[in-house]
Amino acid sequence: MENVLARTGLLYALLVLVVLAIAAAADQAFALQMTIVAVALCTAIWFTSRSADFDAIAKGILKMPDAETRYDDDPVRWGVIATLFWGFAGLAAGLFIALQLAYPVLNIEPYLNFGRVRPLHTSAVIFAFGGNALIATSFYVVQRTCRARLAFPSLARFVFWGYQLFIVLAATGYLLGVTQGKEYAEPEWYVDWWLTAVWVCYLVVFVATIIKRKEPHIYVANWFFLAFILTVAMLHVVNNLDMPYSLVGSTSYPVFGGVQGALVQWWYGHNAVGFFLTAGFLAMMYYFVPKQAERPVYSYRLSIIHFWSLIFLYIWAGPHHLHYTALPDWAQTLGMVFSVILWMPSWGGMINGLMTLNGAWDKIRTDPIIRMMVMALAFYGMSTFEGPMMSIKAVNSLSHYTDWTIGHVHSGALGWNGLITFACVYYLVPRLWGREKLYSLRMVNWHLWLASIGIVLYAASMWVAGVTQGLMWREYGADGFLVNSFVDTVSAIHPMYVIRALGGLLYLGGFVIMIYNVWATIAGKTREEGMLTHTPYDAEADRPAIPAAAN
Amino acid sequence: MTDHSTYEFLRQMADSWGLLAMLISFLILALWPFRPGAQERNEQAANAIFEDQNDGE
Repeated sequence: MENVLARTGLLYALLVLVVLAIAAAADQAFALQMTIVAVALCTAIWFTSRSADFDAIAKGILKMPDAETRYDDDPVRWGVIATLFWGFAGLAAGLFIALQLAYPVLNIEPYLNFGRVRPLHTSAVIFAFGGNALIATSFYVVQRTCRARLAFPSLARFVFWGYQLFIVLAATGYLLGVTQGKEYAEPEWYVDWWLTAVWVCYLVVFVATIIKRKEPHIYVANWFFLAFILTVAMLHVVNNLDMPYSLVGSTSYPVFGGVQGALVQWWYGHNAVGFFLTAGFLAMMYYFVPKQAERPVYSYRLSIIHFWSLIFLYIWAGPHHLHYTALPDWAQTLGMVFSVILWMPSWGGMINGLMTLNGAWDKIRTDPIIRMMVMALAFYGMSTFEGPMMSIKAVNSLSHYTDWTIGHVHSGALGWNGLITFACVYYLVPRLWGREKLYSLRMVNWHLWLASIGIVLYAASMWVAGVTQGLMWREYGADGFLVNSFVDTVSAIHPMYVIRALGGLLYLGGFVIMIYNVWATIAGKTREEGMLTHTPYDAEADRPAIPAAAN
Repeated sequence: MTDHSTYEFLRQMADSWGLLAMLISFLILALWPFRPGAQERNEQAANAIFEDQNDGE
């Protein structure tokens, strides 16, 4: 009871501070953002002070199993639901901005123009969809591989809800025009501080669970998760060293300026790809692919080499985002060389994942979840080959600032991060909700192929668009003048933009099928459906040969 | 130290001793699972996720 009282008191004190901040706000956007915080605090106070059994309510709504399991899986279940919710929001926003590029009339000023919805899309898919998937799977995997319940259960719940508040503040901020203008680091200083607090708690829960483990060895997936959590903390803090203009305002100024600022930004930006979208999702791969295939990882030693190579190499690759800029030439070359070397550990990891199926290749034919994992690894391999190639200065002079980059990012994000997350969610949902199996395996198959065709349309159209742009921008006539104006290139690639939007629509369609499939599985339904493979049997032919004389 | 000499110092440190220290620590870490007797430990670690499969599921 005292605990409840202390918590409520703390929340009330925070609420008073937030209300004062609303009253003294230097700009309207800050007041609106603080109003969202105040609503979140009121909700928290309501649940705490009424001593409502919050877990029990969530259990009822989300149809969680009653039986108390040995592991603390409630935050994992919430994380799975949040992954699906934010995934839909992020993909729908992506389709919307793809259509805006093809049909500019869809730019609804000011709140829904391209410039504001685009960071909403990238943050929703990377940090909301990907981040929730990472939090959920890391809490699941660390408990299983350590054979220990989560340390600090209430802190783990704070991490989940605190992270959702971060997402809501970031997303509403973008639409209100609150931004630092740094790619993938758009949220302003107060949201950054909040995320830092949440992230430190995440680190504490994760490390404390590892410390209290009952298993002598720390499984390699946990190494990748830990590298992801630690490095993202470091990147986030350094790239967001800003001075707020006012403590009750939504504007700040960066400590680093000019080319230093640019280098810090891309040191952050590329390692966000390396440690958020690669290390974290590789952790999922190293646990869930062996589990689904029911075989240990192909080579444990290779996984250790993969880990240390990623750690030592990725951190240097950022300057390839600044080729042919004011950044010193040696730094550009350094970034290029390390990017090319990175190709090796990336493919080492891909081979390690794929070869885990060695001796069980038939599962690709019979198990749609394995098929999805293999497709994800294939896209991981393709985009980690394309990336180093694009970082070579000569290639970059053609590809930089064109849609080729966008195509590359999406073959990695949709193909690798998306598909491996879907496969993990398909693995998790029946286990987390105590169901015998998924509602429908055939729907998983439909999801896989809709997504794959969508990615192919997306990547192919962006290759064509990017090379077209690159060649048109650099084309000189006999008189020494540029041949094309910018708008010529825009109208030349319009058909490609329409095809890209179609690819996005297919990918979103597959995701909607997944949401239905997961919902039906949670509801306890099973679809009556034919087998995925069928071995023909002809009863007529199943008899001894009839002697010719008998005819 | 002036700004310029700080830059020079860090720059020279990074491409001499710093580079060597990084390379040596990388080699030790990457070759660690190849040390004699590690084979069995690696196999144990790789298979540990299959023990007690039904825990909490």
